[in-house]
Amino acid sequence: MSSTLPAGGAAFDPVSESAKQKMINPPLGNAVRRSPLADKMFAWVAQGAAWLTLLLLAGILLSLILGAWPAISKYGLGFLTSTSWDPVKNEYGGLVMIYGTVATSLIALIIAVPVSFGIALFLTELSPAWLKRPLGTAIELLAAVPSIVYGMWGLLVFGPILATYVQQPLQKAFGETPYLGALVSGPPVGIGILSAGIILAIMIIPFIASVMRDVFDVTPVMLKESAYALGSTTWEVVYKVVLPYTKAGVVGGVMLGLGRALGETMAITFVIGNFNQLDSLSLFQAANSITSALANEFAEAAEGLHQAALIYLGLVLFFITFVVLALSKLMLAQLRKNEGTKT
Amino acid sequence: MTAVMADARLAKFKRRKTVNKVALVLSFAAMSFGLFWLFWILWETVRLGLGGISLATFTEMTPAPNEAGGIANAIYGSFFMVLLATFVGTPIGIMAGIYLAEYNVKGWLAVTTRFVNDILLSAPSIVIGLFVYAVVVSRFKSFSGWAGVMALALIVIPVVIRTTENMLQLVPAGLREAAYALGAPKWKVITAITLRAARAGVVTGILLAVARISGETAPLLFTALNNQFWTADMSQPMASLPVTIFKFAMSPYENWQQLAWAGVFLITVAVLGLNILARVLTRNKN
Repeated sequence: MSSTLPAGGAAFDPVSESAKQKMINPPLGNAVRRSPLADKMFAWVAQGAAWLTLLLLAGILLSLILGAWPAISKYGLGFLTSTSWDPVKNEYGGLVMIYGTVATSLIALIIAVPVSFGIALFLTELSPAWLKRPLGTAIELLAAVPSIVYGMWGLLVFGPILATYVQQPLQKAFGETPYLGALVSGPPVGIGILSAGIILAIMIIPFIASVMRDVFDVTPVMLKESAYALGSTTWEVVYKVVLPYTKAGVVGGVMLGLGRALGETMAITFVIGNFNQLDSLSLFQAANSITSALANEFAEAAEGLHQAALIYLGLVLFFITFVVLALSKLMLAQLRKNEGTKT
Repeated sequence: MTAVMADARLAKFKRRKTVNKVALVLSFAAMSFGLFWLFWILWETVRLGLGGISLATFTEMTPAPNEAGGIANAIYGSFFMVLLATFVGTPIGIMAGIYLAEYNVKGWLAVTTRFVNDILLSAPSIVIGLFVYAVVVSRFKSFSGWAGVMALALIVIPVVIRTTENMLQLVPAGLREAAYALGAPKWKVITAITLRAARAGVVTGILLAVARISGETAPLLFTALNNQFWTADMSQPMASLPVTIFKFAMSPYENWQQLAWAGVFLITVAVLGLNILARVLTRNKN
């Protein structure tokens, strides 16, 4: 979301930033006309709202840990490596879902990162000025489309097409090849890890692309012009000057996209097939992810161990996304710091 | 000798040119790739959604399988929950944004809040649903519209905080200084000067937040749940457009799927419309 906000670029402007903060508190004196009570109350309310945000995160963590406690105390960390998920026998392990979440997100990254780089390159270096804004908006609108729309479209429109025109030919071509054959085995019905990964890729392209575009835009024009003056081609300027300069920001953007992909729920739930298996590593096989397990089972789960195990999964997901997002923040902050010193 | 060197140079130059050309073509292809999905999805949404829409869609309740009906209760539920969530979340978000931009720009509380806010902004929304389930639903032993409102409001807050802060920081310092010079107290400066100057941006943030929660399904799944009938009682489970779409789209019944497409069309139009409106607002401002 952050990248679609119009003021995103403003954060990279250290000079005006300090100027803006010059006078944040009123000058002292003139106490008669400063109504002290209203002033204090307003400040308290503002501070209270900030505290509320902090408490919110603490509350989420606490409630997840409390809710998952029966499962945590029973399975410990072994939960993360066990593949049995059997509500009838009341036995739970999270590896199947964790694998599904990680595998789909990785496929999404493999597709989305090069495409986003291409889009950012196009928007910053190639596109005529009058097209930049409409094209950028169009890409950002991809992020605005609700995930349930992606899900329904993926299940009913995209899945069948993927099955007929991609999965079946691939299976025919590589079905007999060792190793590669294992990846394309399974029913080619357009539901499973591969289609979930592709749809996730489409969903995170706008996030990664707009962060990349924003950080490419902060590269000092002087640097680029110097490289052009030395006879570099556009590609060389981007690959050898812009990319090294914005490395941290680009990685931050990719992490942001990864965070999105890990936490995406509805689109995945529609197309992943919701099937608890890890017998085959085939990309065509139906599987399950943390988010889709939660979406499908939680409302009907019996209180007790089943629910606790699901909340445990939610906690694992929250932890993973937390780490990924924190890394992304650090990377982007680093770029901002460099930006402040080098220009 | 020199001829050979010149040849080698020329060859290298040509190779660099080719690499450049390939890269630019690929970049163009990437752009088309992105746009291709957008147009495909929109096209299918319009093609399959528009056909399913009739007057009954807006006036009748969600039907049983293979019976005629509409999604009036889901539309109403969505509208009402989004409205309430916006009313609950927006003031908190604006006040916290004011704190970050006007009161405590570099203190530890602000730095932490900014960090936490970014985490919340991108946290999986289904986790928010789990949280509200634990705090509200399991305590009161019932799924309810209120729980749904709370889950959605929790998603509104970080979006509004982020835009409010950014927009307030864009307000020129001179405006604040002029107001202080006239003797205005701080709260007056904020409410009457800076917040007013940043109005368009703040409204944009609210619109984006509304757009975001209108399409959210995951946090409603185990908070508001679903309801086949019309209800205005917020302590009952409440239907919403996304959850109804989810239920209907996954079903094998023809008429349910058709209603789901109609719902998808309505939601896409509303959400994209809000997004475009938000953009137009800020463009005029800048």
